[in-house]
Amino acid sequence: MTGGLRLHVPEPEVRPGGTPDFSGVKIARAGSVRRPPVDVDPAEIRDLAFSIVRVLNRAGEAVGEWAGTLDDEELLDGLKAMMRVRAFDRRMLMAQRQGKTSFYMQCLGEEAIACAFRKALRPGDMNFPTYRQQGLLIADDYPLVDMMCQIYSNSRDPLKGRQLPIMYSSKSHGFFSISGNLATQFVQGVGWAMASAIRGGDKIAAAWIGDGSTAESDFHSGMVFASTYKAPVVLNIVNNQWAISTFQGIAKGGSGTFAARGLGFGIPSLRVDGNDYLAVHAAAKWAVERARRNLGPTLIEWVTYRAAAHSTSDDPSAYRPKEETDAWPLGDPVKRLKNHLILTGAWSEERHVQAEAEVDAEILAAQKEAESHGTLHTGPKPSVRDMFEDVYEEMPPHLRRQRQEAGY
Amino acid sequence: MPRMTMIEAIRDAHAVKMAEDETVVVYGEDVGYFGGVFRCTAGLQEKFGRNRCFDAPINESGIVGTAIGMAAFGLRPVVEMQFADYVYPAYDQIVSEAARLRYRSAGDFTCPLVVRMPTGGGIFGGQTHSQSPEALFTHVSGLKTVVPSNPYDAKGLLISAIEDNDPVIFLEPKRLYNGPFDGDHDKPVTPWSKHPLGEVPEGRYVVPLGKGVIRREGSALTVLAYGTMVHVAEAAAEMVGVDAEIVDLRTLVPLDMELIETSVKKTGRCLVVHEATLTSGFGAELVSVVADACFYHLEAPIVRVAGWDTPYPHAQEWDYFPGQARVGGAMKRVMEG
Ligand SMILES: Cc1ncc(C[n+]2csc(CCOP(=O)(O)OP(=O)(O)O)c2C)c(N)n1
Ligand SMILES: [Mg+2]
Repeated sequence: MTGGLRLHVPEPEVRPGGTPDFSGVKIARAGSVRRPPVDVDPAEIRDLAFSIVRVLNRAGEAVGEWAGTLDDEELLDGLKAMMRVRAFDRRMLMAQRQGKTSFYMQCLGEEAIACAFRKALRPGDMNFPTYRQQGLLIADDYPLVDMMCQIYSNSRDPLKGRQLPIMYSSKSHGFFSISGNLATQFVQGVGWAMASAIRGGDKIAAAWIGDGSTAESDFHSGMVFASTYKAPVVLNIVNNQWAISTFQGIAKGGSGTFAARGLGFGIPSLRVDGNDYLAVHAAAKWAVERARRNLGPTLIEWVTYRAAAHSTSDDPSAYRPKEETDAWPLGDPVKRLKNHLILTGAWSEERHVQAEAEVDAEILAAQKEAESHGTLHTGPKPSVRDMFEDVYEEMPPHLRRQRQEAGY
Repeated sequence: MPRMTMIEAIRDAHAVKMAEDETVVVYGEDVGYFGGVFRCTAGLQEKFGRNRCFDAPINESGIVGTAIGMAAFGLRPVVEMQFADYVYPAYDQIVSEAARLRYRSAGDFTCPLVVRMPTGGGIFGGQTHSQSPEALFTHVSGLKTVVPSNPYDAKGLLISAIEDNDPVIFLEPKRLYNGPFDGDHDKPVTPWSKHPLGEVPEGRYVVPLGKGVIRREGSALTVLAYGTMVHVAEAAAEMVGVDAEIVDLRTLVPLDMELIETSVKKTGRCLVVHEATLTSGFGAELVSVVADACFYHLEAPIVRVAGWDTPYPHAQEWDYFPGQARVGGAMKRVMEG
């Protein structure tokens, strides 16, 4: 070809073999970003879509206008929730490796987002999560044994063996049934919020999506409906930098930040340190209050890093340097909250070690109990009968015939 | 002759066409640097550059929509849906646009596009990594639909698909990627290297679209199958000791009617098998074709074995998958009928 046109294909700055360099990632000083009133004119906070709301500074102090939404007891509760999520992930990953189930997905490094967000919601609100928000359930004290039984697809699986591991569902815990099809839940969450507004209630919705999945049309559909109807919804983008092997630049293109996607829709948009439990809670609370007061949607980009493999089917060493996790400038959410609590005197190394042991014991006990109901390939299983149920409210004749043919 | 897995054969088909024809471009989710979650495009970016093989945003509608635009320009895009279960956002682009472009513009614009996707079950992938949506494509005028059952065919068919001037839906049974699978899930995987159809010639060759093949000759009954079910049917015939003639359709649209008719007229009996759900499945089309062409030659009712009419389950995978027992049982029924 003779002309000057060339296709631009974004590439991450480093690949395996290279040295991770996040010096180009601009990170606002903790406490430096203002906290606007919840009824602020979206036009006045466009800059917040390009900064990062942070509360915990490097020394572990809570600083700035977003600090102070939680007391010591609530913070310790949050620390415990994150530790439980992490220990849960570790054990279930191991269970998958041992062949006790087919598949698992961790949220290592992203625990603060779901755990702190959950605490900003009220009973009756509804999350439309992705597969990486197990923290919403665990921080809401959903029974760990039930989660494990789902993962094992065993005889006590609340979803009767039908769903891939981790595709939980719990209406009573405000957790919409997870779909394997990316982004579909994002626009559904907006619809749920519209329904709450149609019925004149006070419940709000939270829709969740990953950085990569914001490329899907359903993300944009969700944005336009939320914007048009000022739906009472918090629109959460978890930017963990990666979508399997694809870096965030492929979904983001030239828009600067994911939060900036909200600006064209006139939706107030924040960018928040997702590894800072205090910042997550404060921003979530702000957005939830906006929704509850009928001020409309808020878009939040939670900036974090997927510290583990995408799933048990993935090996990230093929596409990103191993050292990248440690080089990630926003640190580890558990360590950061722990250090903060030690600094304020609410916590100590000794108590942390003890708490770790307690959490491990709790998870282990839950696992034992779950395994007594079977694992994917051994022990009691959901019935084959269950396979034919719930396709419809009432089983039509052709399905009944098929069930009989199957011998059940 | 080199031995290849189905993954390597598919990769090789891409490489052959990309080397030969610089209008061939390849993209999809995780397809570029990493080479695809099933590794079907591994090495292509390195070899042909980022201009020719690249990562796409996670937007299936966008992937197919841009590919249609590229095809209109004069390229031959080959795009990957990470799983067939994720093609639905692209359905409008495929059905309303790609399939009808030639017709509605009276040949002014055409759409030489290949949409590849892993299909079928057998990997404990649950409902979003196991579906067999071929009938959603075979029902659409203007699309060709291909389902290979082995590495040799996969390469030859993919090259044909890329060279074809109409849109082709290319469904790759993922359970066959690394070895033939006959439905016996307790048995260790036999690699393609041990199978005659794992022998794949280097360079360009084609398996023509629209031509089926007889996998196993027999006189007692005809089994119409494609993809994974070809291997299941072979094993089932062995198991129940029926001298079945197994037809591997390879292309569903256009269908090799002649081959089907000849075989069924010879055996007088017909069994249709597929993994996809029964109701309105492609098997219904096959039964109708056979009834039309061979009614007076049939000695027994035609029988279908298919996935149950439920979403694809996780724990109950082997109760769902139409394995040797169900296929073998149906063979016996057709013989008795
Ligand atoms: C519609 C659809 N397309 C593709 C996939 C395959 N897939 C599963 S997860 C994933 C990456 C998602 O990345 P991101 O949205 O960033 O979320 P993360 O996994 O990082 O939490 C892809 C491509 C899918 N599940 N659904
Ligand atoms: Mg991501």
